[in-house]
Amino acid sequence: MMTNIIKRNRYLILRRTTQLGLLILFGGANWWGWKFLMGNYSSAYVLETFYLADPHAVLQTFATGFVMSADAIIGAVIVLVFYALIAGRSFCSWVCPINMITDLATWMRKKWKITKKESFFTFSRKTRYWVLGLGILLSPFVGVAAFEVINPITMLHRGIIFGFGMGWAVIVALFLFDLLLVEYGWCGHLCPLGVFYSATSRFSLIKVKHDVEKCTMCMKCFDVCHEEQVLHIVGEQSGFIKDECSNCGHCIEVCDDNALKFSINNYKI
Amino acid sequence: MADTQNMNSRRDALKTMFRGAGLLGLGGAAWGTTAIKLKASELTLRPPGALEEKRFVKACIRCGTCVEACPYDTLQLATLDDHTAIGTPFFKPRLIPCYMCPDVPCVPVCPSGALDVDVIAKQIDGIKSEEPDINKAKMGIAMLDQEACLAFWGIQCDACYKACPLLGEAITLEFKRNERTGKHAFLKSVVHCNICTGCGLCEHACVTEKAAIFVLPRTIATGKVGEHYIKGWDKADEERLKNLKEEKAVKSSPEDELNDWEYLLDDD
Repeated sequence: MMTNIIKRNRYLILRRTTQLGLLILFGGANWWGWKFLMGNYSSAYVLETFYLADPHAVLQTFATGFVMSADAIIGAVIVLVFYALIAGRSFCSWVCPINMITDLATWMRKKWKITKKESFFTFSRKTRYWVLGLGILLSPFVGVAAFEVINPITMLHRGIIFGFGMGWAVIVALFLFDLLLVEYGWCGHLCPLGVFYSATSRFSLIKVKHDVEKCTMCMKCFDVCHEEQVLHIVGEQSGFIKDECSNCGHCIEVCDDNALKFSINNYKI
Repeated sequence: MADTQNMNSRRDALKTMFRGAGLLGLGGAAWGTTAIKLKASELTLRPPGALEEKRFVKACIRCGTCVEACPYDTLQLATLDDHTAIGTPFFKPRLIPCYMCPDVPCVPVCPSGALDVDVIAKQIDGIKSEEPDINKAKMGIAMLDQEACLAFWGIQCDACYKACPLLGEAITLEFKRNERTGKHAFLKSVVHCNICTGCGLCEHACVTEKAAIFVLPRTIATGKVGEHYIKGWDKADEERLKNLKEEKAVKSSPEDELNDWEYLLDDD
């Protein structure tokens, strides 16, 4: 029974471990002076030797006409290459702290049976691509990295590490938006960072692989997937799940037929 | 029949396009104005070595590494309620001033270049070195409200003078006879803007209920005379006058000269 629960949630447990573990490492730097990971997700100073940086933030800053120092640029390249070539859009479900907030909203939505039909307004999942473009386009006009001044991801992360101020209200608003207005509203419709990573990591190594031979078309994966549209090959052909898939592994956990699993992209199908 | 269908779908496509463009404009305008509001930060004191404010707000990646590097917890990252660009570092000297660490630990850890050692580089034989010199910092300028300052009342207080890390340079004492008592002296603090770093140790030390001496950003606290005033008694400034004339001579055209006296002919 217990082992079954763990098996059913194995990726969830791993994801929460990395999310919280990273938070504690970052927090420890400010609270107790640890030197593992200083800074936050905008830029991190790792073991006092090198930097990691948010490539999306560095790109917006570049658009304002300011070229950051080599430390930040190299840090952004490391992060970009890691997700683009290896991990795919994993940032969203394995690292991002907002994921815990929106997952909670989704879980409550299901528990309270707030279905899609009850949402009184909907909009396209493609909106986030426009947000991504608009953010970079606006940056030179407003003279600041346009998304970074409203970014709830860093607001939450900074809030936990350095103090929230009124920032918590933004996070509550985002939670209620996901809970009551739009299913997967923030991550699946608005957040430009997610699609920044999915657009750049089309050819990443780690992907979920579907085996159509084993699939019984039970549709459980569709029920749990936060980006249903990526499962269009399920039950139709074998291959790798691409596009906005964030490698959360939820579909693998619910699949009773072993038709889905993490695999290494062979770039053929 | 097929033609009308085509017309309709074309009309629909155009409608969708216009609606999309409208929504994008709406979103852009709302977002843009919010961003401009959220980056407004003219009244903020930045860490030492910060770029000029407009460039600083662009450059800062909002990581808080400088905040963690500061051994005195002086620096904070702005939250939504701090009336400055969100996520950027600043300090409030009345709470915790900048204690002017000689190695300036907050600056070299900055990954983005928003805090730049070059801004506060130590001069060795007149040449900029790669070492920081905290006394070169220009975080702000201490302003003194004479009405609220005890020393200007004639009560002896030199708290700010004693607290100043550039004692006798950034703040000096001016001695004046106190005519009211006839036998005491005023010891008035005078801030020298060109030396003051804006560390805020004076503001922190000030004994009055609300500090009578307080740091403001240099952009707010400095004036500007303008190019057209020349110090006639200063040789170097006189030289500037020569250069100015030459510039003017190059620039002025016959049309400009015409415009100069044309207004005299105007009846109004």
